[in-house]
Amino acid sequence: MSLPVLKPADFASDQDVRWCPGCGDYSILAQMKKVLPDLGVPREKIVFVSGIGCSSRFPYYMNTYGMHSIHGRAPTFATGLKSTRPDLMVWVITGDGDALSIGGNHFIHALRRNLDVNIVLFNNRIYGLTKGQYSPTSLEGHVTKSTPMGSIDHPLSPLSVALAAEATFVARSIDAHVKHLGETLKRAAQHKGTSLVEVYQNCNVFNDGAMAYAQEKKQRDQNVVELQHGKPLVFDGGKKGVRLVGNHLEVVNTDDVPQDDLLIHDEKDPNPSIHMMLARMSYPVMPEPIGVLRAVEGIPTYDDQINDQVELAKKQKGEGDLDALFNSGDTWVVG
Amino acid sequence: MAQSDPAVSSSVASSKSVQTVSGITVRLCGDSGDGMQLLGTQLTNTSALAGNDVATFPDFPAEIRAPRGTRAGVSGFQVQFASEEIFTPGDTLDALVVMNPAAMVTNLGDLRKGGILIANEDGFVEKEFKLAKVEANPLEASVIEETYRVIKVSMTKLTRDAVSEFGLGNKIADRCKNFFAMGMVYWLFGRSLEPTERFIEDKFGKKPDVAAANLAALKAGWAFGETTEAFGESYQVEAAELKPGKYRNIMGNQALALGLVAASKCSGKEMFYGTYPITPASDILHELTKYKNFGVRTFQAEDEISAICSTIGAAFGGTMAVTASSGPGIALKGEAMGLGMMLEIPMIVINVQRGGPSTGLPTKTEQSDLLQAMYGRNGEAPLPILAPRSPGDCFDIAVEAWRIATECMVPVIILSDGYIANGSEPWKIPKVSELPEIKIQHPEGTDGSEAYKPYSRDEFLARPWAIPGTEGLMHRVGGLEKEDVTGNVSYDPANHQHMTDTRAAKVAKIAERVPEQDVFGEPSGDILVVSWGGTYGSCHTAVSQLQKQGHKVSHIHLRYIFPMPSNIGELLRSFKKVIVPELNMGQLRMLLRSEHLVDCIGINKVQGKPFSVTELVEQVSEHLPASSAGKKAGKKAG
Repeated sequence: MSLPVLKPADFASDQDVRWCPGCGDYSILAQMKKVLPDLGVPREKIVFVSGIGCSSRFPYYMNTYGMHSIHGRAPTFATGLKSTRPDLMVWVITGDGDALSIGGNHFIHALRRNLDVNIVLFNNRIYGLTKGQYSPTSLEGHVTKSTPMGSIDHPLSPLSVALAAEATFVARSIDAHVKHLGETLKRAAQHKGTSLVEVYQNCNVFNDGAMAYAQEKKQRDQNVVELQHGKPLVFDGGKKGVRLVGNHLEVVNTDDVPQDDLLIHDEKDPNPSIHMMLARMSYPVMPEPIGVLRAVEGIPTYDDQINDQVELAKKQKGEGDLDALFNSGDTWVVG
Repeated sequence: MAQSDPAVSSSVASSKSVQTVSGITVRLCGDSGDGMQLLGTQLTNTSALAGNDVATFPDFPAEIRAPRGTRAGVSGFQVQFASEEIFTPGDTLDALVVMNPAAMVTNLGDLRKGGILIANEDGFVEKEFKLAKVEANPLEASVIEETYRVIKVSMTKLTRDAVSEFGLGNKIADRCKNFFAMGMVYWLFGRSLEPTERFIEDKFGKKPDVAAANLAALKAGWAFGETTEAFGESYQVEAAELKPGKYRNIMGNQALALGLVAASKCSGKEMFYGTYPITPASDILHELTKYKNFGVRTFQAEDEISAICSTIGAAFGGTMAVTASSGPGIALKGEAMGLGMMLEIPMIVINVQRGGPSTGLPTKTEQSDLLQAMYGRNGEAPLPILAPRSPGDCFDIAVEAWRIATECMVPVIILSDGYIANGSEPWKIPKVSELPEIKIQHPEGTDGSEAYKPYSRDEFLARPWAIPGTEGLMHRVGGLEKEDVTGNVSYDPANHQHMTDTRAAKVAKIAERVPEQDVFGEPSGDILVVSWGGTYGSCHTAVSQLQKQGHKVSHIHLRYIFPMPSNIGELLRSFKKVIVPELNMGQLRMLLRSEHLVDCIGINKVQGKPFSVTELVEQVSEHLPASSAGKKAGKKAG
């Protein structure tokens, strides 16, 4: 039986979307609806699980199964669900505060377990739903409602955290770069294992333009390098590139160095060291990488293994027999 | 009288005189590394196999190896075995076995006058006195010899002699001395060595020399009892008159695990158990990991929050989902329990209570999390609460919890406690065919032409459990208030009122589906003793004694804590006084008073120990009416 051909509109729930006009979340929602029909997974087999925050309203707008859970814990709900229902495609929708502050613990553990779920982290470097406090990805010195003299926290990079946990799929995209975003989400969905996609998302109310250098089309090319597996790192219309010198990366004019000097991106390298160097490239000193930093296939997933153990136990011991279980050990008869 | 199985009757018979008694309470005490818990477990199993009723109370420090020889490091195991039905591990000890001075000075107070004190003489040396902080050898005090029957045995030396042929070295040889002690205790109480011999062969089979040494020590201990002049006679406890059936000995956490597996089978569901290690709940995890072939998936989460949230995720997916912890962990789970309540999803949350607050007394028992279970969540978030009354009852409570959870679409809390969890008793093995069937119906798929209504309700106000993968039933759940019927997010004031009322009514209606509260004794009278959880045995025995003295005292023991059975109010009002003994500062008492406007008198204790029968009898007696109490006062005066 062939599956019915679904359109993006088929993935829209009947609920009104209530994000602020102009929010970057709209673009991510649109791309998700656009990508899902291509994956060939029926709607009832898809579950969106979110935490708390603006982004976490996402499941309400999708005509799939969904759970709007509690702050920071979305990966844990996904863990229980995917471990017991490996047949489902599970997406985790989270934000910078949700995933990296209150939910930091669960975020790293989901990644290290390599559960086959896709985590989309909307990073706007601000707390939007609580009206404008700084977040764990806000830059030092950022003046917000809770940091009138500037933030003194050092920001956390979601990509670095994910790589430190040796996540098997780590990527970044941008809300306004719709084509790239769609492709990246698709790659994440196709990866077997935990996929992390950080999406630069503009909060036009509380942190407008914080990542304009990457979001605005005019600036993007100078400030962002699009990673492609097996290709050299070049940007700014091919005028500039990135090369590895000793143990650090540097920007060079492509005209000044031989083509071979440029770093060739290898997303499949099991060693995350160079991926980590890429994750550390930050504006304005370096161009920031977007695309897939790391995609290592063939690592066993948590959900496969937990179910394999159950199957193996059934094979070795036979299907559980309650009578035998109750009567095991020393017993005696009265009467 | 029940017949004991001849196959398990003593394989060795004593030639000395044997005195038959109706019951024995013995406590075995030593350092936490001395193997006292093993000794106790073996004595319990062997006594159960001999047909006795048994009840146990293991009591050990929170530290794995507390400083050796100190009072803090003493580990004890108390067991009562009897030829009549018993409900507690006993108040005062008939016999006390001590391996060192610290064990003696911390436990001697519980030995009855004239009781037997067996001491490992080799452990009573200068160095040990210092560690135990005693001035001189406590065994030498003249009052000891005058008060108790003291039997000093050179256990360390005798054990070394017994195992010398295996050339193990003193360190390993000394580890066998608990088996020597065991042999001696077995002789004293006419126990068969055979079950323990089998145990040794099973456990140490891969190390034949260690197995042989332990066996030699066990037999040497028995032989010592038989030959030494210190023991004039041994004691015999006949088989108890238990209900006919097949039995095994079972601990509370073990019974809880078996009950969960049974519930999963009875409902045709595989199980997910999300948890984080914590004393005294971890043994449920250890037990359940053995049952993967029953479709049990255990998940050791990164923390307590992940443990419960993964459980909710599994429940959403249509699996039987269970989480467990103890008080501090339950505190961390509070927010997620509220979500589970809001999602109206079936699951089980187990709290094996321990001494609190904060980290409290991890290895000691207490009942102080009742109000946490009732109210430990933000907002109006009532959840049903069940509490097992004994180790074996944990099995039935687990099955019942899953029945209620699925019938009412609600997370159910089980309040066990450390005393029940680690204690053991004979368990009448149920027949699988007699277990209740738990029917679960997930709504079937549709073509999606009509909008699915995830918050429609049945006559019990339960919503349907539609699970992902079902065509046409796509819906979203979450912690935001939901509109009645549609399940869409709603901020409507009247809807919030309606949903709050509905969720409360749904839980309240459970009272219609649980049995009426039964009463031990007359349904009216002078005093009603009301108890819950692990204090059942002490309360039942105390009330039974008072009844035998002719007092109009009855007992009800609640297993359904919230909602309570529908006849509770009437029962409370049928007695002149209501007394509520609890191992907390009066939590059930507060609930009874606030719900039923009946004055209640508390008997409250938080000492990390269960109630003794004696203290309950004494304290309840103080509230007997003058005419009735006169008997007692008269006795005292006389």
